[in-house]
Amino acid sequence: MSILLDRDSKVIVQGITGKMARFHTKDMLDYGTNVVGGVVPGKGGEIVEGVPVFNTVKEAVAATGANASLVFVPPPFAADSIMEAADAGIQYCVCITDGIPAQDMIRVKRYMMRYKREDRMVLTGPNCAGTISPGKALLGIMPGHIYLQGNVGIIGRSGTLGYEAAAQLKELGLGVSTSVGIGGDPINGSSFKDILAWFENDPETEVIAMIGEIGGPQEAEAADYIKNHVTKPVVAYVAGLTAPKGRTMGHAGAIISAFGESASEKVEILSAAGVTVAENPAVIGETIAAVIKAKAA
Amino acid sequence: MDIHEYQAKEILNGFGVEVPPGALAYSPEQAAYRARELGGEKWIVKAQVHAGGRGKAGGVQLCSSENEIHEAADSMFGKKLVTHQTGAEGKGIYRVYVEGAVVIDREIYLGFVLDRSSQRIMIVASSEGGMEIEEISAERPDSIVRAIVEPAVGLQDFQAREIAFKLGVEPAMMQQMVRTLKGCYRAFTELDATMVEINPLVVTGDNRIVALDAKMTFDDNAMFRHPQISELRDKSQEDPRESRAADRGLSYVGLDGNIGCIVNGAGLAMATMDTIKLAGGEPANFLDIGGGATPERVAKAFNLVTSDANVQAILVNIFAGINRCDWVAEGVVQALRANPVDVPVVVRLSGTNVEEGQKIIAQSGLPLIRATTLMEAAERAVGAWKNDLSQNTRVRAVQ
Repeated sequence: MSILLDRDSKVIVQGITGKMARFHTKDMLDYGTNVVGGVVPGKGGEIVEGVPVFNTVKEAVAATGANASLVFVPPPFAADSIMEAADAGIQYCVCITDGIPAQDMIRVKRYMMRYKREDRMVLTGPNCAGTISPGKALLGIMPGHIYLQGNVGIIGRSGTLGYEAAAQLKELGLGVSTSVGIGGDPINGSSFKDILAWFENDPETEVIAMIGEIGGPQEAEAADYIKNHVTKPVVAYVAGLTAPKGRTMGHAGAIISAFGESASEKVEILSAAGVTVAENPAVIGETIAAVIKAKAA
Repeated sequence: MDIHEYQAKEILNGFGVEVPPGALAYSPEQAAYRARELGGEKWIVKAQVHAGGRGKAGGVQLCSSENEIHEAADSMFGKKLVTHQTGAEGKGIYRVYVEGAVVIDREIYLGFVLDRSSQRIMIVASSEGGMEIEEISAERPDSIVRAIVEPAVGLQDFQAREIAFKLGVEPAMMQQMVRTLKGCYRAFTELDATMVEINPLVVTGDNRIVALDAKMTFDDNAMFRHPQISELRDKSQEDPRESRAADRGLSYVGLDGNIGCIVNGAGLAMATMDTIKLAGGEPANFLDIGGGATPERVAKAFNLVTSDANVQAILVNIFAGINRCDWVAEGVVQALRANPVDVPVVVRLSGTNVEEGQKIIAQSGLPLIRATTLMEAAERAVGAWKNDLSQNTRVRAVQ
């Protein structure tokens, strides 16, 4: 088991004819992901990297039985593509696109409320590196080879910092059940809390690692959720202890504006919820290893 | 993207928010002339800078004659205004706004923000206008009124009335208050703002509701569909290094330390800064060169980081995912051959093709310091910087 994505997921790539999308489609196919098609309005009938292109997501779903989607569409049109996927019955969608207007994401989130919770598409991202269930499938842009298959569930806002954590785990011989990038935007599809719930219910995941950063309420909300609903051990790291207050640090999301949004406040809140916090980014792997060892003992 | 007060007022006025009569000036003479045009007996001269807290810093002055206006404006032009929001370096004053003074009955705080918890637009208001919202929430938290707007239908009249009544607005002024709130909301959504703040919104002696100040911040990601707003960008209000970086597609924030950082990814960039601090150093900047660390981007990043005179060592930390390390290494070598730097450079590469990348660095003949882990990279950068300082010479390689 793994969460959200496995060998059976049938994947389509929205915006597959773009240069980056082609490149990553090939990469995903090479990894063993079951990519069954692509969607680009007006380019239906073409073949890209050996998979058929459709004009609409509905057509792609009807022809291929696709249930997962990767959105690689430019920012002005990405929100529309996410809603199209939700309406076509896609169950899991990862949006890679960086630079979607915040109000477009507000509309997307509101639009998705029209589906009953059990029918509602799960969205992760935008502005993320994607999701990988090592050894099974890759839905995103991360380098597959830095992940070993195993029992650590990773949730992270930052792409490359997530790679750093996975590489440290690999160095220690530890593997990952699924790694989910939730993205760096202020309005995102899924929060830490949403993905924690998935990992809590996944029998293969033994330990959950949260890679957070300054800004936004999602780490504090996650702490609250962990206290009341998560039985598995959780390890966290929060980037940005040295970041000055009130400045945006790259991610639109990474700006401190309220209590519980600075790195030190997040560390304090997470620790109070029983989360083991890695004190610096160089010891994320070691900290997870220590928690696994303590659990086994 | 931030805009000036006078620009925000003009925009909000177009959406039905009443503002005092005012005019812009680029010189003290023009300021005095503007006052004459506006008429009246009392005027406010306001420095136009992208920062709050202008009043306490002397950037807002009440005047009652053309002479006083000339003097006030003269004391502002060309100066740097330092407020609690600008940092020690301050922001340059190149425009002043002259406004007719208004008789104030009471002051209200009104703000519209993106609320990340509800993932909707939130209205934050308080009957304690004039103070900064941070002060209000510390001193009078009970005075704060919050409302979340349902995005499918937008701000409704009943919600606007609820807010107005909670703020104690008189029934006679209810319609005007509702119009003001709905106007701000429409401006926020139609123009892709991320923040609209009116502080204070005042009830005047003659029963009108007027925005005495206005701040708007816009979503950079949405500027492609608002060319008229993009044109309001004022580079004189930006940190020159940051705007140069933005023009080159890099994300840069200048800090006070002396170890320059070149990293791909915002999270990893912050983590790198944290590790430098842990190793006993101080980062000179935050710099995210983005996912595609092409040789050109790496070269631009070096130029940017070395333009900061405080930088005494550079740490390059690239986790190659999509990119390959050998390619990034080529970029670093090319950049340094074209533009040699006279401070020690530590390079840490990780990810795809790391061995090939290390080899390129090692064989380049350049005095680069290599590191394999994040901690090692930070320690070597701090070590190189300290060594450099203690010998009072430019040490080019330590290993």
